[in-house]
Formats: sequence, C-alpha cells, structure tokens
Amino acid sequence: MPLFLDDDQSMLQDSAREFMKAEGSVSHFREFRDKNCKDGFSHGLWKQFAEMGFTGILVSEDDGGLGLGHVEAGVVLEQIGRNLTPSPFLTTAVAGVAALSHADAELKGQYLPGILSGDTVLGLAIDEKSKHRPDQIAMTAERSGNGFKLTGRKQFVIHGASADMLIVAARTSGSTGDADGLTLFAVPKDAANMDVNPVRLVDSAVAAHVKFDGVEVNADSVIGEVDQGGEVLGALLTAGRIGSASEMVGVGGGAMDITVDYLKERKQFGSPIGSFQALQHRAAHLYSEMEIAGAAVLKAGQLLDAGADNAALYVHVAKAKASKAANLAVREGVQMHGGVGMTDEYDIGLYMKRDRALSEFLGDANYHTNKVAELHGY
Amino acid sequence: MSDLEQFKTEIRSWLEENCPPEMRKPVRGDEDMCWGGRNFEFQSEAQKLWLERCAAKGYTVPDWPKEYGGAGMSPAETKIFRREMAKLGCRSPLSSFGIWMLGPALLKFGTEEQKVHYLNQIARGEIRWCQGYSEPGSGSDLVSLQTFGEEVSDPVGGDHWVVNGQKVWTSYADKADWIFCLVRTDKEDKYRGISFLLFDMETPGVSTKPIKLISGSSPFCETFFDDVKVPKDQIVGELNRGWDVAKYLLGHEREMISGGGLGDGSPSLGAKMTGAIGLNGLGMLDDQILRSELAQFDVDALAFRAMAEKFMDEMKAGKSHPAQPNMMKYAGTELNKQRHELVMSAGGSDALEWESEASRGGKKPREWLRTKANSIEGGTSEIMLNVISKRILELPDG
Ligand SMILES: Cc1cc2nc3c(=O)[nH]c(=O)nc-3n(C[C@H](O)[C@H](O)[C@H](O)COP(=O)(O)OP(=O)(O)OC[C@H]3O[C@@H](n4cnc5c(N)ncnc54)[C@H](O)[C@@H]3O)c2cc1C
Ligand SMILES: Cc1cc2nc3c(=O)[nH]c(=O)nc-3n(C[C@H](O)[C@H](O)[C@H](O)COP(=O)(O)OP(=O)(O)OC[C@H]3O[C@@H](n4cnc5c(N)ncnc54)[C@H](O)[C@@H]3O)c2cc1C
Repeated sequence: MPLFLDDDQSMLQDSAREFMKAEGSVSHFREFRDKNCKDGFSHGLWKQFAEMGFTGILVSEDDGGLGLGHVEAGVVLEQIGRNLTPSPFLTTAVAGVAALSHADAELKGQYLPGILSGDTVLGLAIDEKSKHRPDQIAMTAERSGNGFKLTGRKQFVIHGASADMLIVAARTSGSTGDADGLTLFAVPKDAANMDVNPVRLVDSAVAAHVKFDGVEVNADSVIGEVDQGGEVLGALLTAGRIGSASEMVGVGGGAMDITVDYLKERKQFGSPIGSFQALQHRAAHLYSEMEIAGAAVLKAGQLLDAGADNAALYVHVAKAKASKAANLAVREGVQMHGGVGMTDEYDIGLYMKRDRALSEFLGDANYHTNKVAELHGY
Repeated sequence: MSDLEQFKTEIRSWLEENCPPEMRKPVRGDEDMCWGGRNFEFQSEAQKLWLERCAAKGYTVPDWPKEYGGAGMSPAETKIFRREMAKLGCRSPLSSFGIWMLGPALLKFGTEEQKVHYLNQIARGEIRWCQGYSEPGSGSDLVSLQTFGEEVSDPVGGDHWVVNGQKVWTSYADKADWIFCLVRTDKEDKYRGISFLLFDMETPGVSTKPIKLISGSSPFCETFFDDVKVPKDQIVGELNRGWDVAKYLLGHEREMISGGGLGDGSPSLGAKMTGAIGLNGLGMLDDQILRSELAQFDVDALAFRAMAEKFMDEMKAGKSHPAQPNMMKYAGTELNKQRHELVMSAGGSDALEWESEASRGGKKPREWLRTKANSIEGGTSEIMLNVISKRILELPDG
C-alpha cells in the first residue's frame, strides 16, 4: 500500500475540507468562544458531522457505521485542526467508539445509535493528575450488589459536563501499577454521587474535574470484561493518540499556512518580510518538520488499520513528532507575526492555544518519546 | 495469491538462491561496496558473482526499462524488491553515480542511441562515473561556472569541443572512467550558456589531483582540463540547455544523499548504544541526558523513515512536489549528522581512537567527520532552505 491517501480517502479529505471551512471555521470557533457557551461546541454542528457520515467512520458496518479506519478518522481530524473546529469528534467518535467496539451488544445499542445520529457526546475519564499516567490509575471500583461502586477523582475530562456518558477507567483488583485489574465503565451523566465541575481551558474547550463519591453502576455498564480493561483502555488511548496527532498536523499546518501568507503580505524596510532570509530559512525548516510529522502520522494510521506489529511504536512516534512539529509551527507563527501575533484579533494565537491543549491530551511529547525508548529496551 | 504476492515469493526465492552469504553481511564502509568500472578490483569472488547475477536479471536497476539493462519493474514491484533485499540483508550489488545520478538524467534527456549505449553499460557496472559540477569559484553559485568549451568544426576528425578549465571536489575522479561535466558553451547567457558533456577521463588533457579530507581519506580531487577534445555527439540535451539536465540530476543526487538519514536501517540508535553505556537498575540507559537525546533522535529517525517512504511513493506516482528532494536532502543530512554526534557521544574515549585495531581503524571518528560533508555536498543545507522557501513556500525574492 503506497504511503499516501488513496482515491476514496482523498475524496473524504475534499469533503471534510469543504465542510469544515464552510461550517466549522475559525469564525465559528470565535462565535462559540465569545458567547461563553457552556459546552464549548455547537450541538447543531455535531448533528451535521453525523449527516456527513463522519461520526460513523470508526463504527463497524455491523453496528451501522462505515467501518473505516484511523487513516480516515485522521483525515477528518486534520481538517478539524486546520480550522480549530470545536467538536466532540475526537473524544466521542474516535476514542470513545474505539472503546465501545469492545462492548457487548446491549451497551453498544445504548450509545452507538446516538453517536451515529450526532445526538450523543462522550467524555473520557482517564487522567487523575495533571500529567497523563494511565499506568498509575488509582480510582477504585468495588463490587457492590449486582454492580460496582466507583470512588476517586478524574480530571481533564474534555466535554465532561456536556457528555451523556463518561468512559471511566478504574481499578477492580490488584494495586496501582499492575497491568491487570483495570476495568472500563460506561457511566451515565445522571449517576448519583458524581460531582462534575467544568473548567474552561486555555483553548476555550471545557473540561471537567469529576469526583466519584461511591457512584453506583450496574454490571451491564462494564465495557469489555471485568479486570481486563487494559485492552479496552489500550484501544481507546491508541485511537485518541493517533487522532490527536492527526489533529495537530492540521493545527501546525494551518498555523504554518497563515504565517507564510503573512510573510508575503507584511512589508518592512520596503520589502515583504518573507524576502528576508532569516525568516525564509525558519519557514523552510518548519515546512520540513511538518511534512515529516504528517508522514509519521499517516504511517501510524496505516499500520494500525493493517493491524501491523509495529503500529504501537509508530503511534508513539506520531504523537511525539506531531507535538514537536506543531509546537514549532505555532511558536514560529506568533514570532513571525510580530506584534499582531500577540493580538486576539489575529488567528495565530488561537492555534498556539489549541496546540498546547492537544499536546497534553493523552500524553505529551516527552511521554511518548520515553515510550519509544522503553519499547526499544533502553 | 495476488500478482504482487506471487512476485514477492519469486523475488524472495531468487534472492535466497542467488545472493551469496558473504553478500548478506552489513556493509562496513566504502571499501565493502562494489563500484564497478574498468579498473575496479573486486574484493571477493562473491562480490563479482553477485554483480553478474543481478546484472543478468536487470536487478542492479530494477525499475529501468529492460532494453536499457533494467528489469522493468513497476513502482509497487520495485518497493517489494527493495524490501525483500532489506529483509534478507542483501548488499546492493552495485553502487554507482551512473545509477543514482546520470542514469535518470539520460532516461529523461538522452537520445535513444545514448540510452542504449550508456545505460546498459551503467547497469552492468562497466563504467564508473564522476561528477564535474563544482569549481573553485562556483560552489553554491554553480551557475557562475567558468570551465569553457570552444566549438571547433573539424571535417576530418569530426566536430568537437575543446574544453579548458578546472573542477574541484570531484568525488572519485581518480578512480572514475568517465565524467559528466558542466561546461560553459556561451559566455553571454548565464543560465542558457551551459552544456552537459560526457567524456572519457583518459582523454588527453584530463588530469586529477587528490584532496585529503578531515576524515583522513582522499575520495575526491581537483580535476584539470587542458585542451580536452570532446566529440559533438557526447552532449546530453540541447546545446546551451545543460542547466536543465544539471538541475534534474541534482534532484536525484539530493534524493540519494538524503538516504543517509535512514542510517543502516536498524530501528533504534538508542538500542544500539546500550552496550557502550550500560543499563541502570531500572533498565534505562545509564546516562539520563543521553538517553533522552537518543530517544528524541529515534523519534525523529523513525518519522523521517516514514517520510522517505512517503516521498518515494509519491514521486513514483507523480504526486510529489518537484522541489521536494531538497527538503529530503536537508532533513536527511541534518539527521545523519546528528546520528554521528550521538554515536561519538556514546562512544566516549573509545570513539576517539583513530588507528587502533579495536576501533577498526578509527571507523567511528572517520564516519563522524565524513558525515559533516552530507549537508555540503550536492548543495548545502542553506541552499536547500533557499530552494524550499522559493519554490515550495513561494516566498518573495530578497
Ligand atoms: C505586548 C507588546 C507591547 C508593546 N508595547 C509598545 C509600546 O509601548 N510602544 C511602542 O511604540 N511599541 C510597542 N510595541 C510594539 C513593538 O515594539 C513592535 O511590535 C516590534 O517592534 C515589532 O514590530 P512589528 O510588530 O511591526 O513586527 P514586524 O516589524 O512586522 O515584524 C514581523 C516579523 O518580521 C521580522 N522581521 C522584520 N524585519 C526583519 C528583517 N529585516 N530581517 C529579519 N526579520 C525581520 C520580525 O523579527 C518579526 O518576526 C509593543 C508590542 C507588544 C507585542
Ligand atoms: C564530500 C564532498 C563531495 C563532493 N563531491 C562533488 C562531486 O563529485 N562533484 C562536484 O561537482 N562537487 C562535489 N562536491 C562539491 C559540493 O557540491 C560543494 O562543496 C557545494 O556545492 C558547496 O560549495 P562550496 O564548497 O564552494 O561552498 P560555498 O558555496 O562557498 O558555501 C560556503 C557557505 O556559505 C553558504 N552559502 C553560500 N551561498 C549561500 C546563500 N545564497 N545563502 C545562504 N548561505 C549560502 C553555504 O551554505 C556554506 O555554508 C563535493 C563536496 C563534498 C564536501
């Protein structure tokens, strides 16, 4: 399989590009930010995502979806990144669906139709501290009656306060750090003893701190098998990581493009600033880094979709490289804009903020770089 | 089984049967490579046999057409062929500027006669080529070159050029049989005054003088032309349009040099350094800062490997930007330089040994120094960045 988009994927890219530009552009983002929307995204746009078929990309055909792969999800996410489109696509239709694909028919029947129709939103309750450490999950789920009782805290639950259901990772046996003994739960938003406290983030998304004070769930809410949640969590994390890497390729690419345009427009010393070699070389280096990041992300997506052995390695590479490259893009972008780069009026600063949040999502560049070392035995 | 799977099986079994075991050991350096040519001395019978077997099947240039000595493989087949070679650890049967640089230019600009004549010889490893581009006053600003070819009409001996001038940094000029050379044929027009000539290094008036490098070896020369007669049919492309050929060839040269970014193909530099540095109780390299540098390098190297694959696939499908080889060269050579900085760092004082047996004649420091040329030869990194900013980002001229 050649390492570029095939014809169907290119068509999807065209339609995602047009759609985001028309319906989910930066001005749409600004509108929702400025009215201080409690969700941070438009439910109307989420419905439109569904009409476009985007929400069913990773849902299997048996479950009524399109049964496509991470490459296709990435194609849509890249356009989301370029336009800073606010939506629950990454948490719900990518990471959430990856977890639900391990659920039994009943649980799937409860949530997938709503995702396919653009009515349902999911939140991911994984992190418990300020850094992503999924191997240190301490939250507990004790057996209680026919079900379980969840106790602990989660944070950085994006769309947590708008979500119809939270996917919660908790320990059902063993102790913190053990590979086995985790279980994933689908916890409905109206569960008792659950305190959801939304906070706005630097990129205007709304994330929640969630306190579980003996939240009772029944046994049917277990996603996959009890104590075997590691596999489900792995699928969720993989999808979320490659997805956020794809989105960052869009964020970095978008930031680079508006910066290069600005270099052609802005004149100082009687010439466009883009004619100064000091800036040309930095822009060219940035181009090179963004191209490489894009290739790494596509490679990881293809390997995942093919079920290849080294897919896991490449997902870490992709998230680390995309973080580094997009981060360079936004930093160079603001600098090369000069004073206006600091203003709210220009878009470049918005890209910088989104990049910051995405790099932190499900592990930053350091986290994934460290994994690359671990996987190679050093 | 699909056609491609069938193909893969056939290639695999051919390689298993025909690639001698000695040719499946990693190449240790230039001295292990087969360069071909009139004066080449094979290091082993196996090396000779491997070249002959591959040449007979067109496998030295698998994607060239059969009539020019290739195997006529499609892009997908070529990719499979190279992967199977890599899986079995087969050495490249032939390393050659003819294959990497001149061949592609001849395929695009050569006459049918030239293609049949030169390409078949290149494919069989019969002629070793060198590149006469740079001059003492014309490095990055190559188009300012001064070596001059005067047209002489000669009804008896045949029309020809008389070439005078000097080239420099001509890699392997003292070992090469022929040169592809940029020669000014019109002093009035800078760009449209250069012609692309081919001639035998044994032609009277050609002389070479080796230059010693910081790595200790002398792979390149000053090359002098003193009234060198070059017959009229040894021009590639049109008269005074050699710059087009030169640029096209540079694209292939840059692509080839960028391949250094892939290293020896092993998946992790960090993993290779565990022997030298050792692991601590937690199973981590016993130098936290170096570990993190190596891990970041591995991320960059694996990402670059994906880029190299994507670039090749896009190029074969005609989807890549024509200036993309410049980006590949920039990124690949900077990466390779960094790789060797890390190897030196991890090697400590062992890596300083220049001549000992343990250091295999100072392999590490010599390679480290040689890689510094990667971002100079074939166009410097700064020139690559200039080209990217002008041709890809379309930034305005200064
Ligand atoms: C927070 C803040 C507070 C400020 N406060 C004040 C204040 O109190 N009073 C005041 O007068 N000004 C103030 N300024 C303005 C500040 O001095 C200018 O923003 C600054 O001089 C840059 O000019 P510019 O914004 O027009 O950018 P530009 O000059 O347009 O530069 C854009 C980019 O091009 C680069 N560039 C420009 N020329 C060249 C060149 N020849 N070679 C290479 N690169 C080049 C720049 O480095 C920059 O990266 C403030 C700015 C900010 C952001
Ligand atoms: C190992 C090796 C093998 C080689 N083999 C061959 C060969 O076989 N045949 C052949 O013809 N040549 C060969 N070369 C020559 C090579 O192509 C030149 O060295 C190269 O093009 C640079 O030219 P220069 O050395 O004159 O450096 P210069 O052009 O003098 O450059 C000096 C410095 O200035 C920078 N610079 C120059 N112009 C600009 C600009 N416009 N903007 C910004 N920075 C600039 C350069 O990047 C460099 O850092 C080889 C070189 C090496 C090192």
